[in-house]
Amino acid sequence: MENSSDNTLKLTCLHERHVRLGAKMSPFAGFDMPIQYSSIVEEHNAVRNAAGLFDVSHMGEITISGPDARKFVNHVFTNDVSSLESGKIIYGMMLHGNGGTVDDLIVYKGPGEEDWLLVVNAANIAKDYAHLLSCTEGFDVKVTDRSDKWGQIALQGPDSERLLLTLPGMEACSSLGFYEFCTVTAEGTPVIVSRSGYTGEDGFEVYAAPALICEFWDKLLAAGALPCGLGCRDTLRFEAGLPLYGHELADDISPIEAGLGMFCKLDKTDGFIGCDALRSQKENGVNRKLVGIEVLDRAIPRAGYAVELEDETQIGTVTTGYRSISLDRSLCFALVDARYAALGTALKVRIHRHVFPAEVVRKRFYQTNYKK
Amino acid sequence: MAKIIEGLRYSESHEWVKAEGNVAVVGVSDFAQEEMGDITYLDMPMVGDEFAAGDEFGALESVKASSDLYCPVSGKVIEVNETLEDAPENINSDPFGSWIIKLEMSDPSELDALMDAAAYQAATSK
Repeated sequence: MENSSDNTLKLTCLHERHVRLGAKMSPFAGFDMPIQYSSIVEEHNAVRNAAGLFDVSHMGEITISGPDARKFVNHVFTNDVSSLESGKIIYGMMLHGNGGTVDDLIVYKGPGEEDWLLVVNAANIAKDYAHLLSCTEGFDVKVTDRSDKWGQIALQGPDSERLLLTLPGMEACSSLGFYEFCTVTAEGTPVIVSRSGYTGEDGFEVYAAPALICEFWDKLLAAGALPCGLGCRDTLRFEAGLPLYGHELADDISPIEAGLGMFCKLDKTDGFIGCDALRSQKENGVNRKLVGIEVLDRAIPRAGYAVELEDETQIGTVTTGYRSISLDRSLCFALVDARYAALGTALKVRIHRHVFPAEVVRKRFYQTNYKK
Repeated sequence: MAKIIEGLRYSESHEWVKAEGNVAVVGVSDFAQEEMGDITYLDMPMVGDEFAAGDEFGALESVKASSDLYCPVSGKVIEVNETLEDAPENINSDPFGSWIIKLEMSDPSELDALMDAAAYQAATSK
């Protein structure tokens, strides 16, 4: 029911293919993106049981180069890259000085000491780029936004490795462990392939020039991957307990509140932007925490719905929720008053005109299947 | 192309109505279920609830979205389709066979304000 003919929307290099495949298109982060091709349930299950292929060309790619590149990334990033080796990826956040989250991202350490790639959320590309530029004082670095030059696809699911190897030049990729990457050459142009993703399954993310991405897309579909839209990308990441910026993280939500403290190295030499604020949150405790909640009914909790106590006092708000496709349970993430965040706490969720009993459960709803 | 059945009345919010004497049988159209995608939950009213035309009487939920259901005509709920509670996906496979509620109409002339099949066809093929 949404209008996808808005001509101010950006199109990815695969847009024409999505339309030809009959995808339901919808605006997302300024792009006209496929939400689903066949059915969200079918696409979700393909990723859990076989292999699904996503166009994620809307994601942002920002490179950092120059003599101070490593020092600079360590300064703006919550995780520790001081000894990160070439060919490794690491997940973390960029923060405001007050501990609020600018974005969550993954950092790729390229082959040279001065080659760093930051992969950021589509909705935050301009904000992240401006933030990075504003932090460069005193560092000899060059920050470049390459988002429009690169296409990106994600091949996800247990059959991913077998399908990836049907593409030319990918032999080296089968030995990759989770969160490792390599750069290969296909048709004379460089391709970055990482063993990573946003679904809780084994899989690969592939970055290359648009023409090559289109060729890979066609070949992987021909080899048996099912095209998958952003609809199931969200149901999959949700079950795997992974946050989505704008829901579980935001400018006014810190990683400590979101339960992502393990990606923030507070004892890092020279610290990082936002480190002091997080230290203080850790010492003094936070007022709200992100939890997993199971609604003990078929009713579905959705973002924005109220989490309440028995006496109807609102103590939190749902950030993402679904009837889980793989688990057939009504589950959600919610930011709640930290006093009610303990596992097993009995709560209520208000859904439409009713209030349903619910319980705090672990956030990783689905047992992930990453390659060790 | 979404299926449309002759002889039914349709609302702008994509409910269909089949009049059986004084009783209105209400469901959602094929167009609506196609737009919604996989339906996973249905929030239904209780027998005895009374609604005016245009009132929200429940909600339909797909994986991705929640969509309110609106009462196409005024009346009192005399039956709800309990089989849909456990199998809301039947609305996807058979939207016209999967009625949601039956209403005892308080003013059957309200049916005239709804679209017929031809008008609904035109409204959904824009």
